[in-house]
Amino acid sequence: MQKLSTRHLLGIKDLTPDDIELIMATAREFKEVINRPIKKVPSLRDVTIANVFFENSTRTRLSFELAEKRLSADTLNFSASGSSVKKGETLLDTVNNILAMKVDMIVMRHASPGAPHFLSKHITANIVNAGDGTHEHPTQALLDSFSMREKLGGDLAGKKIAIIGDILHSRVALSNILALKKQGAEVTLCGPSTLIPRYITDLGVKVSHDVKQTLAWCDVANVLRIQLERQQIKYFPSLREYSLYFGINKKMLDDLNKEIVVMHPGPINRGVELSSDAADSHHSIILDQVENGVAVRMAVLYLLAGQN
Amino acid sequence: MQRKLILSSPLLEITISRLCQELIENHQDFADSVIIGLQPRGIHFAQRIHQELEDITGVKIPFGFLDATFYRDDYRRRELVKANETKISFVIENKRVILVDDVLATGRMVRSALDAMTAFGRPEKVELCVLIDRIYNRDIPIHADYVGKKVNTLDTEKVLVELQEQGHEVDKIWLITN
Repeated sequence: MQKLSTRHLLGIKDLTPDDIELIMATAREFKEVINRPIKKVPSLRDVTIANVFFENSTRTRLSFELAEKRLSADTLNFSASGSSVKKGETLLDTVNNILAMKVDMIVMRHASPGAPHFLSKHITANIVNAGDGTHEHPTQALLDSFSMREKLGGDLAGKKIAIIGDILHSRVALSNILALKKQGAEVTLCGPSTLIPRYITDLGVKVSHDVKQTLAWCDVANVLRIQLERQQIKYFPSLREYSLYFGINKKMLDDLNKEIVVMHPGPINRGVELSSDAADSHHSIILDQVENGVAVRMAVLYLLAGQN
Repeated sequence: MQRKLILSSPLLEITISRLCQELIENHQDFADSVIIGLQPRGIHFAQRIHQELEDITGVKIPFGFLDATFYRDDYRRRELVKANETKISFVIENKRVILVDDVLATGRMVRSALDAMTAFGRPEKVELCVLIDRIYNRDIPIHADYVGKKVNTLDTEKVLVELQEQGHEVDKIWLITN
């Protein structure tokens, strides 16, 4: 009866609004599970999952690994550094070698956009995209939506969500926009014009360059990291100037005189996009996002593995 | 499709009263007893038992509901089943647990529930109370301690419980034959 419309989670783009609802409902039950004295269920005990990370990660990788363990799956971890990738092995060969060891699911992060989509055309195992370059990061968007729903109470239809920061290089931004639009939310992007992609308004979002105005408008501000490692050219004169124009501090939030929720997918550049006092204030639900990440990833893995 | 009525008002109320009296006989003041309804369909019947027991005895009895979806033995073998809310706000360590469900058939759901319960502690004793016991449908050796009505059914038949709490006008329990 209740199943996802897709065999892989490659991006939010492929999910239907019903899929998102199913993941949210299942994640709610898993959140209750991970708050029990015994946090583990036996569902995936005959499933083996490989976490294949071609790019660095702390949160996502730990979160996936914990989600897999809470579901009783067997896990193996692979990171590109120190592997045969350095000797010139192709992506498909690497993954096929892992699958030859009887692995049922692949959780993959890769620096190239579309890498998991390419893989899905060649292998039968379920694939979960844990971030592909600047393209999508579906589980982050799902956990962001879950955290917003939890904090705002109820669904996101008609809710005003701002995404502030480096939209151009952010896979979190694209996945969030797609997920929020599918749930009927209003979305405004805010950042310097150099960091907002052209034609992004085609996705049905508004664009603003005034952070104060955006904060005054929104119910939730999802603040993104300035991704210096992906910026080959200068998009703004200096971090100090970025922080002066687009950085958010606690005073700005308090001056709004309204309930506002501040989120950040991590890692935070403290003092750049978000000041320390804002990140640690009562407005912030950054650590709830991390907790919810485990529950949402459990739901995704449970629903995908259950289709076989 | 044929429907045969197997239980309805006022016999249903009499049955629930009788089950409560049997429970009181064994649990007396319910000092260390708790009631747990099984999701999704056992919770309404459990609520009725709980309410009537509290009315008769005048004591507060801890009540919760348990969803055993993540402990099912048919995961990856059959279609996925929707998970429901679990709410057990007490510790069941050293408690006498009364597990309540509407229909006992194969016993597989009860087995999953016994597994799921271990996440909340080690109970002193677990008893099972069901409204309908389909006596010849068991796949595994599980039996109920308190039974509302025993019915003799084929594997191809179904028992349908319609309670007011689920939005039905009157309480009716049917046997459905294809």
